[in-house]
Amino acid sequence: MKKIKWLQKEFILYSSKIFTFLLIGISISCCLAGCGSKDSENTLIVLNYGKYLEPEVLEKFEEETGIKIEYEEYVTPENMYTKYRAGAIDYDLICTSDYMVEKLIQEGQVLEIDFNNIPLSQNLDQTYFEFSKSFDPENKYAIPYFFGTVGILYNKELVDESKVNSWKILWDKDYSGQIIMADSVRDSFMVALKILGYSLNTTDETELKEAQDLLIQQKPLVYSYLVDEAQDEMIAENAAMAVVYSGEAGYALEFNDKLAFSVPKEGSNMWIDSWFIPKSAKHKEHAEKFLNFLCREDISMMNFDYVYYATPNSKTKESLEQELQENTTIFPPKSILDNCEVLKSLDDASTTKQNILWKEVKAADY
Amino acid sequence: MVKKSVERIYLSIIFLFLYLPIVVLIVLSFNNSKSKVQWGGFTFNWYIKLFSSKSIMEAFGTTIFISLASALIATLLGTLAALGIDAMKKRNQTIMIGATNIPLLNADIVTGISMMLLFVRFTRLGLSTVLIAHITFNIPYVILNVLPKLKQSSRTTYEAALDLGATPFYAFFKIIWPQIRPGVFSGFLMAMTMSLDDFSVTYFTKGAGIHTLSTMIYTEMRKGIRPEMYALSTILFLIALLLLLFMNFRPSVHKEKGDAL
Repeated sequence: MKKIKWLQKEFILYSSKIFTFLLIGISISCCLAGCGSKDSENTLIVLNYGKYLEPEVLEKFEEETGIKIEYEEYVTPENMYTKYRAGAIDYDLICTSDYMVEKLIQEGQVLEIDFNNIPLSQNLDQTYFEFSKSFDPENKYAIPYFFGTVGILYNKELVDESKVNSWKILWDKDYSGQIIMADSVRDSFMVALKILGYSLNTTDETELKEAQDLLIQQKPLVYSYLVDEAQDEMIAENAAMAVVYSGEAGYALEFNDKLAFSVPKEGSNMWIDSWFIPKSAKHKEHAEKFLNFLCREDISMMNFDYVYYATPNSKTKESLEQELQENTTIFPPKSILDNCEVLKSLDDASTTKQNILWKEVKAADY
Repeated sequence: MVKKSVERIYLSIIFLFLYLPIVVLIVLSFNNSKSKVQWGGFTFNWYIKLFSSKSIMEAFGTTIFISLASALIATLLGTLAALGIDAMKKRNQTIMIGATNIPLLNADIVTGISMMLLFVRFTRLGLSTVLIAHITFNIPYVILNVLPKLKQSSRTTYEAALDLGATPFYAFFKIIWPQIRPGVFSGFLMAMTMSLDDFSVTYFTKGAGIHTLSTMIYTEMRKGIRPEMYALSTILFLIALLLLLFMNFRPSVHKEKGDAL
């Protein structure tokens, strides 16, 4: 009996010692993990939208240059903004949407790109640099990555095709309960403002008010306000038409032959996602090397296959099959683009005002 | 009769709502089409792709490491904290419980952002910061699970053991530990699930290049979640189910043995 007790005592003593060692060990390893990243010279920290770059591209870049990429993803530009501005991580390269690039440029958070280090940027079509001027007036800061428009994704069997060339079809009572509207302030107001013939970047209160009235009028006809789920609803044929981004429309078309996409004649929003080098960059040369790499024809092709949005890389586009090049859903033709506007970043007061108007639309009774 | 059938219908409706989404997920993991709403035939393709995808397997490894390590450390610290709190005076107890519950009541995103701001002051964000953050929000769950068990246990037995010459350690493992063990285990399991689930805190405290499953799935939302994720979720669900079955059947075996003795 006594022996057993003694053994137990011994055991407890040992186990407590082991516990302390464990604790010390864990805390030391935590410290090491925290401070030990000193070999950060040869790295590149990239921040991008989720699923917006073929993972193999990263591996290839690491193989070819020996630079290690720390790849990070985010969901919404606002999300990215919070994390970037907290200064938590010294990002070297960020990809985001037009208006967010503009906001960061205005705040002095963006470094000029040295285009001499990116000779392959010649592969990019000059047209898209022209469009980029709306948020980067001198084309000093941003390199376009993917672009597209907003339009109506519709089911050919349910919708009169002669009418889908106008946003007005979304107010047609014949399609009551079959319309999916965009559940986002700027996109919904864009539709209403375009019908009224105003700019989608307007800050004029009466114009916005008119647009709001129109959106409230439309409410009884709307099946649902959706963002990303719209494409699946359309593939499942739960609705007749939806306001979606061209990239998503291209995806939906692959799954259901009855679907088609149209950018209305009143004009629409053209979005451009671009790369820029933020002020926090510690490895600017690496970032430029990577940008050059992304512009390379084969790499850009890999990314196009993966993302399937319109690429500004004319070399890549030319090497695609003729049929795909002429696919107006994925590659909006110049005639449509000329009619489109790029979203501009609004000042805080206007953003708040528009958000309130949108909330009133969503809360309105009908 | 009527009562019985109403009961049955009610129960089956509840189960339907609980498990239908999971069934849909499992079905989709065998769907030979990337779409969420179209059936493209049966395939094991996503399972094969899942295991050959470096990024997913890495994220999976990180997730398991963080949740296990954080739950383990939090269980240790939380149990010690509960012991301390239990020994306090009533007033101090209330204050301490209130203080430890703050991370529990705080919105995840607030905890996440405030932790990030704190970490940025002192160190680079990395795996360790995620681990520390997870330990922090896990501790209250452990305390909440252990404290009631301590309250139920009798202090007098412990004191009697001390009077009879047992060392505090010996008395603890002989008297207190067996009584609080279920609480410690449930605290550990709860901490682990919380850590597995968490998105907001992880998102804001992780360094570049570190992914967990939750942050990975979340960032994929904009462009549609990879079907490989359905496959992984199915596997995780099955593992959880097996664990649950195991946990529920084991104690009964134990009890029978105890009765027999």
